[in-house]
Amino acid sequence: TLPPPQPPKNPILYILHVCSVISRFTPEILRKGIHGDTMTENGCEYRERVLTMDTMNPNVKRVEYAVRGPIVQRAVQIERELKMGIKKPFTEVIRANIGDCHAMGQKPITFFRQVLALCSYPDLLEDGKFPEDAKSRARRILQACGGGSLGAYSTSQGIEMIRQDIARYIERRDGGITCDPDNIYLSTGASDAIVTMLKLLVSGEGMSRTGVMISIPQYPLYSATLAELGAVQISYYLDEDNCWSLDISELRRALQEAKKHCSPRALCIINPGNPTGQVQSRQCIEGVIRFAAAEKLFLMADEVYQDNVYADGCKFHSFKKVLFEMGLEYSEKVELASFHSTSKCYMGECGFRGGYMEVVNLDPEVKVQLTKLVSVRLCPPVPGQALLDVVVNPPQPDEPSYDTFIKERTDTLATLAEKANMTQEILNQVPGIKCNPVQGAMYTFPRIHLPPKAILEAKEKEQTPDMFYCMKLLEETGICLVPGSGFGQRDGTYHFRMTILPPKEKLKIVLAKIKEFHQHFMAQYS
Amino acid sequence: MRNNSFKEHIICNVITLNRSAFPAAQGEHLHQKMSENGALPLRGKVLTVDTMNANVKKVDYAVRGPIVQRAVQIEKELKEGVKKPFEEVIKANIGDAHAMGQRPITFFRQVMALCTYPQLLDDNKFPEDAKNRARRILQSCGGNSIGAYTTSQGIDCVRHDVANYIQRRDGGIPSDPDNIYLTTGASDGIVTILKLLTAGEGRTRTGVMISIPQYPLYSASIAELGAVQINYYLNEEKCWSLDISELQRSLQAAREHCDPRVLCIINPGNPTGQVQSRQCIEDVIRFAVKENLFLMADEVYQDNVYAEGCEFHSFKKVLFEMGPEYSSKVELASFHSTSKCYMGECGFRGGYMEVINMDPEVKAQLTKLVSVRLCPPAPGQALMDLVVNSPQPGEPSYQTFIKERTDVLSALAEKAKLTEEILNTVPGISCNPVQGAMYSFPRITLPERAINEAKAKGQAPDMFYCMKLLEETGICLVPGSGFGQREGTYHFRMTILPPTDKLKIMLNKLKEFHQKFTQQYS
Repeated sequence: TLPPPQPPKNPILYILHVCSVISRFTPEILRKGIHGDTMTENGCEYRERVLTMDTMNPNVKRVEYAVRGPIVQRAVQIERELKMGIKKPFTEVIRANIGDCHAMGQKPITFFRQVLALCSYPDLLEDGKFPEDAKSRARRILQACGGGSLGAYSTSQGIEMIRQDIARYIERRDGGITCDPDNIYLSTGASDAIVTMLKLLVSGEGMSRTGVMISIPQYPLYSATLAELGAVQISYYLDEDNCWSLDISELRRALQEAKKHCSPRALCIINPGNPTGQVQSRQCIEGVIRFAAAEKLFLMADEVYQDNVYADGCKFHSFKKVLFEMGLEYSEKVELASFHSTSKCYMGECGFRGGYMEVVNLDPEVKVQLTKLVSVRLCPPVPGQALLDVVVNPPQPDEPSYDTFIKERTDTLATLAEKANMTQEILNQVPGIKCNPVQGAMYTFPRIHLPPKAILEAKEKEQTPDMFYCMKLLEETGICLVPGSGFGQRDGTYHFRMTILPPKEKLKIVLAKIKEFHQHFMAQYS
Repeated sequence: MRNNSFKEHIICNVITLNRSAFPAAQGEHLHQKMSENGALPLRGKVLTVDTMNANVKKVDYAVRGPIVQRAVQIEKELKEGVKKPFEEVIKANIGDAHAMGQRPITFFRQVMALCTYPQLLDDNKFPEDAKNRARRILQSCGGNSIGAYTTSQGIDCVRHDVANYIQRRDGGIPSDPDNIYLTTGASDGIVTILKLLTAGEGRTRTGVMISIPQYPLYSASIAELGAVQINYYLNEEKCWSLDISELQRSLQAAREHCDPRVLCIINPGNPTGQVQSRQCIEDVIRFAVKENLFLMADEVYQDNVYAEGCEFHSFKKVLFEMGPEYSSKVELASFHSTSKCYMGECGFRGGYMEVINMDPEVKAQLTKLVSVRLCPPAPGQALMDLVVNSPQPGEPSYQTFIKERTDVLSALAEKAKLTEEILNTVPGISCNPVQGAMYSFPRITLPERAINEAKAKGQAPDMFYCMKLLEETGICLVPGSGFGQREGTYHFRMTILPPTDKLKIMLNKLKEFHQKFTQQYS
């Protein structure tokens, strides 16, 4: 008697469908009340739920992840409303909240997808349509898979041949500094590996509980994971006035304060920066490494945007490279885990959840524990591993796919550089918006000036002022951004994060709409 | 249980590698670590086994434990030309169907190729139904690319298809797509639910009831989360069936020291291969209601039922057929995966869970929690979609699909039977029928002297046995101690997945080894 789960496409039928779904639940809600607990007639509780807000894991409650938070949920709702024909002052929702390149229209790299299609359906190896280099990559990957199939489990650390290819890639990237494939762990996106390393590091209770230093603003994976693991978050602030650069004195301040209540053991760096888009200088990285060595901190370097460097004079330096160029005094001591992914750079293949980490100077016994820990989840997705292999082992100059590959890669990166520039220029024209150059990564994190009246109204609504601003922006323009409060910011300052990923023409419209909205907002609340 | 010699070997290996990378530095490095009076190291590592997460140390995962690591080593040795009494290692330790030669379902892989490289949609080599499925999946992906993030709960259209599939499977009992969460393999869903359920300290710490023998994902996750493991024993004499009185016993005992809140069931059973009767499932549900337990039903082997008279009943279905008194009360999470059944697509890490009667506020927390990891792999989600929305009669791929599926399942049924029969001819090995899943878990009688020798080596006796088997025959099994067993009994888990001919050879080698072993130690 119940409607089928697939909602009808006709808008009127859809509304009826929604109503019927709602009515399906209404009696239960009325019967049980908000808390869902039932009472027997004599008033005794005969069964509460086992799992309630009061009885669930308290650490999970503390987890917050703004990039997919309330504003995004509202955006999804609005999209549904638009589909149902509800009139809005805009015709589509533009999701500039998340670094999701393909969703914003970026095309996949042809060669990568050819190899993956061949791996998925090896009968295509007989097909004359595919270039030889794609076929030979696919054959090589399949040979390294159990039973010649992407559908077999791989070893938990990742397919050995792919780990070797990654090691060679890192060696090339770092000017010949050696990389041991045994130090490479493939992962389910970079997030997975970051969580795993943090998990290993968290121990102690009270004053001896592990503290982890993260930048503010930060990518909320870090704060969410620390909350879940019950570790202590130690915030160090990036210097907005100096293009979000990192000050060693600020690291020192944060560390000294934290030592009073926890045991600081790890320092996380995101370079190029998310959400702040800065690219660290070599000098700065050296300073961080010296600090980590002096203060006995485990370094975690999130380098997933390593190809996304746009600004003149900026260059990506890996922590591994700088560490080893600083000499044995450092390179033999500092424990480092660095992370990379298939989701960003010019590939933007987020859906495949490919990634790896390299661990340096990890205690051999701990490494055994790490290998054991990752084995419980069996293996990272094999298609993601295969994709990572082609990323670190792309077409070479003498191969048939080389020219196309280089063209596609260059086009994507050049467009991103252009959009980075454009975003900064247009936003800085708006009175009340001030934005640092987007040196790298995929985001701008402009500071917005909000009038006191708007701040008061937000507080009355129990929203952070920048959430109030972004929510209004979404409702009025369909543009979905993430408020700065989701990443952390200095008290009394307000920001938003916006990706630079929409196609150029659309990005221009987005920026113009933001400009207009901001002026309107300022007028309304002053 | 830890194989010390192996651990040392790994450590030595790492040190050797470091040395070869920095030959000159090693001595200096060691020197630097000492202060001048030779006492404390100047700079020890930040992260050591003493300072690391203590829960992680307690994690054990036998399916990929020391015996498998030794197997990998032996494979390398064989490649290097080291002489052994065998030519290849047979990995019967893990339910990895494709690695054992099972072919993927053609239709599934066609659609996956089309989703990956949509230019192929213009290729008339592909059947129309494969193209339609691919188009439909791509339309629900951001930017029509499988490379976009999906919503964290999983692609909308896939969740709808999963819900429709469950509804068909359960004879029309409705399934709400909002209750479906796609996952990175079933493991991911199981760990997430256990994570939500773990709370309290000391006597109020969450206790989780798991069967013994169990699939070690459970014990490993419980250890990692610092929850309390509550063992209930399956009845080996009754074909590994589940006794409610045993559940009661273990629950009572656990209440002395923790707060039991969850009951986990694996049906069809891993590693024990039993298929639960409908009656038994009803009893479990009644027990869960009475004792206020959250139910977790691991049903990843739902298509792997071989024995006559056995049938798969989902917990969801039985729960709803027991009437609203139960179906409106019992909190249930059930799990499925693309890795087992007739698909065996382990590498794609596809899976889903369905949550029933979950507190709406907790559900919001669950959605938030999974959002931190962004989304399950999109190719795995696409594959899951095909599993729940396979070719229909009248579609061009239907015949081939049915033939491939039937062939795989009937070969498995045959191998289940063969395994049981041959193993039961060996004196000292006794094995229950493999009613379902992919494993046999026979009991082995080990001579006193073997047990003593194992203990002298600091090994579990069945680890000692399996290690010897591996060294002498190349067959890689997992000792029963990795899954848990009644004290004083010994078992191993073996998959039934090798191709029939190879399986026969393997079983005969096993027979021969066991006889020799028994002789040697008696």
